[in-house]
Amino acid sequence: MLNCHKATRLMSEAQDRPLTLNEKLALKVHTLMCSACSNFEKQLPALRRMARTFARQQPPAGDKPDKDRK
Amino acid sequence: MTQDSVPKDTHPTGPAHDALMSDELRLQMLKFATLQLRDSHLAEDAVQEALLGAFRHAQAFAGRAAYKTWVFAILKNKIADLLRKNQRLVNISSLTRTEDDGLEEALFNQRGMWQRDERPVAWSSPEGSAEDSQFWRIFEACLDDLPPNQGRVFMMREFVGLESRDICAELEIGVSNLNVLLYRARLRLRECLENKWYLDGDCRC
Repeated sequence: MLNCHKATRLMSEAQDRPLTLNEKLALKVHTLMCSACSNFEKQLPALRRMARTFARQQPPAGDKPDKDRK
Repeated sequence: MTQDSVPKDTHPTGPAHDALMSDELRLQMLKFATLQLRDSHLAEDAVQEALLGAFRHAQAFAGRAAYKTWVFAILKNKIADLLRKNQRLVNISSLTRTEDDGLEEALFNQRGMWQRDERPVAWSSPEGSAEDSQFWRIFEACLDDLPPNQGRVFMMREFVGLESRDICAELEIGVSNLNVLLYRARLRLRECLENKWYLDGDCRC
């Protein structure tokens, strides 16, 4: 049985590698019973989308380097 | 060093050229460098030097992904040099530290369940925050608060979209080490956003 700590670690790894069938099942069972982890699971892809959006933003105006400083 | 010295007509076509000229790539690099150096001037210099260095060998790269990995490798080395020069980075071995700072112990109890008042809440329309400049200031502050190695791998993975194996090869760390760093970065960033935005500032509607 997964606890929340282990479940959230697996959810994080799911962002970086495909989970095995057993891992997916164990997570499914856990999130059915645990609303906190179910929220966590939805927030990881949201974090990824935010990071990508953030990385594409223009730097704020006035934050341009001035050339006389090295 | 100026952009004028880029020999723009040497390799006019090909994926490496497209990637080199991509504004998106440059902005990603600039964010990556600025967050680590905490100095926009140093960051701009480092990015320009990395792009110039990469350009000299651009034709050796068949694909955009390989080029991107490589140009970030150059940038990472420049950043490491600059940080060492400024004596902000103690030694290179610190790159492999996972920075166990007690966050997990604070969030979970001894049975590995969420502490009562740390349980993640449902976020109201996470994508709806994207237009709000205050949200992005908080997002940047939360990123800035990540321990350096966690911030570094998080940015390589999520800003740049590098694959785990490329990050491991680049930083010379094992995949389990990387997974721990990424987990802690996500855990901390999520916690910070929830505390500073979703619980605090979200309901001005």
